[in-house]
Amino acid sequence: MSFYETVFIARQELSAAQVEALATNLTDVLSQGQGEVSKTEFCGLRNLAYSIKKNRKGHYVLFNIEAPFPAVKEMERQMRLNEDILRFLTLKVDKLDTDPSPLMQSKQSRDRRYESFGEKEEFEPFLEEGEKE
Amino acid sequence: MSSVPTTRKPFFRRRKTCPFSGPDGIAIDYKDVKLLQKFTTERGKIIPSRITAVSQKKQRELAQAIKRARFLALMPYILD
Repeated sequence: MSFYETVFIARQELSAAQVEALATNLTDVLSQGQGEVSKTEFCGLRNLAYSIKKNRKGHYVLFNIEAPFPAVKEMERQMRLNEDILRFLTLKVDKLDTDPSPLMQSKQSRDRRYESFGEKEEFEPFLEEGEKE
Repeated sequence: MSSVPTTRKPFFRRRKTCPFSGPDGIAIDYKDVKLLQKFTTERGKIIPSRITAVSQKKQRELAQAIKRARFLALMPYILD
């Protein structure tokens, strides 16, 4: 058994309930393969940085998974077949993060964490030289 | 050493250290868009480590994280 982290993006037309149903389906696929989902995060409808298949927004869902590889492979296969899923990324991780991911807390201000190093503005003057295009 | 006379070297800039290294370094996470955005230009390019003073090892991790965030449409590949 290893730990995996999966993020997938569902189409914007789906309702929150449909996204949850989709996530439950995938969880079932994993549990059939002796896997377990320890955390499911619905990060809501977010703007995509660029459009994917003509979608400008998407529902982001994060899974923390502890499962044998065949179960994960089967889940990925299902995701590929499902047209409601625009994109997914599965990563093997050393340990699962139990805290809410930064995707969830993006709305709250957490700027204190970043004060320890220089602000972006400090870099900019240097860049202009190297960035002549 | 910290109080270098500014009269002798007017454009002396304190050497910045890598924000990710050390025991209390910040964790690099591809989902942490706000953090990653500090290391990209306005156009969405990754800022070289010679400017941000990120260590070589962490710069590779950072680049990987930014590329993952781009794949998931959390960050743009290019903005213009």
